[in-house]
Amino acid sequence: MRTRFQLGLDELRDKLLKMGGRAEQAVERASRAYRDRDLKLCQQVLEGETLINMAEREIDAIGLDLLAMQQPMASDLRFILSVVKINADLERVGDQAVNIAERVMDIVELPAVELPVDIPRMAAAASGMVQRALESFVQRKTDLANAVLEMDNVVDRMRDEAFIMLVQKMNQEPSVTRQALDTLLIARNLERVADHATNIAEDVIFWVQGSDVRHHHLGPEFSSH
Amino acid sequence: MGVGVEVQNLNAWFGATQALHDIAIKVSPNHATAIIGPSGCGKSTFIRCLNRMHETLPQTRVSGRVQIGDMEVYGPATSAVDVRRHVGMVFQKANPFPTMSIYDNVAAGLKLNGYHNHRKLDEVVERSLRMAALWDEVKDIFKKQSGASLSGGQQQRLCIARALAVEPTVLLMDEPASALDPVSTGKIEELIFQLKENYTIVIVTHNMQQAARVAEFTGFFLLGRLVEFGKTEQIFTKPADKRTEDYITGRFG
Repeated sequence: MRTRFQLGLDELRDKLLKMGGRAEQAVERASRAYRDRDLKLCQQVLEGETLINMAEREIDAIGLDLLAMQQPMASDLRFILSVVKINADLERVGDQAVNIAERVMDIVELPAVELPVDIPRMAAAASGMVQRALESFVQRKTDLANAVLEMDNVVDRMRDEAFIMLVQKMNQEPSVTRQALDTLLIARNLERVADHATNIAEDVIFWVQGSDVRHHHLGPEFSSH
Repeated sequence: MGVGVEVQNLNAWFGATQALHDIAIKVSPNHATAIIGPSGCGKSTFIRCLNRMHETLPQTRVSGRVQIGDMEVYGPATSAVDVRRHVGMVFQKANPFPTMSIYDNVAAGLKLNGYHNHRKLDEVVERSLRMAALWDEVKDIFKKQSGASLSGGQQQRLCIARALAVEPTVLLMDEPASALDPVSTGKIEELIFQLKENYTIVIVTHNMQQAARVAEFTGFFLLGRLVEFGKTEQIFTKPADKRTEDYITGRFG
């Protein structure tokens, strides 16, 4: 029999996964909206944000309730702490998707131009990281979480390349500056999505094995034990 | 000042039933160490072996070594009375001597040990009541009123004062706050925190949050064995043994 406490943990997990699905979908829609210059998709991203924000509040409330009422220990304590932190990251992923949708709405007003960056590819990499981070959470697998940490560099490089290429384009062809700038901001938003996925993966590792792998340049004395 | 407690190969029996198996533990001086575990795991038996209380029950037996400071608790030259003078104990249920005044309750141990100098007794009683954070509440009544007239939380602090009066080096506490309300519990916990400056404390508790609040080190007992011993924050956030994890997360059995 599942105790009331365990049912509470299950509820927290299910709600977080549902929210994760929404955040992932928001990034995917924003990316498609960019590719297809689709205002309807932009609108869907904006509307979806409300649901993500509501889920954020609900998950925090359940987490707080479990902490106060059940006084969890050990892996349960780490689980709830991780869920509350992952929750905040997923909400930020939703915000990044909204930022992208807003840039797309600006771009759609302007003439379509050919730009030397592959935003859909970068978006696929970033939302793939979110997806894998959530998978590592579902399966309690730290090797999957570690794979996400390694992917962060790839997306960082894509952002750097996009920056160089787009600045070059703006210099060569000042008439497309606004489109290039919007796209540059989108690349930056996607890089931030990848950062949030990295945070999620770090929280999964903390939950599963109790070790703090963040900011490893600080040295081992800053890890949990 | 508190002294360290070192336990090696400690075994204890009730008749033919072995209650403790090969316990080895090093308790740091001037720290609080919590002992946790399910009912019947041997945690009370363990602390009762530290001051030779276990042997007061019929058909009991102890083997192994307990060293408190430089005293061999089970050494041939050590008497149980000597041990208990160095190792004070506070029980789950406050047990003041009901017919004695508050003052006499605190002075009882000293009087038994032959102290009759009134000025000295007055000093020790006041100091002990102050250390037990009870002085301000009883200073006007402590010579007249009986210990039994105090509230449950005050009675428990009176028992702590009584234990401190004989100047022990180690203080054992067996569920000292389990019968108290949250305010009294808070006072006892605060007291434990302050007493660590001068004493070594070993506290048995069922309340894991309490262990986490007061103790630097925690040992988890199960079926008469010490399963895990370590820093409290490690035991409660990242225990090494699955049995500890199962117990503290309530997934036991």
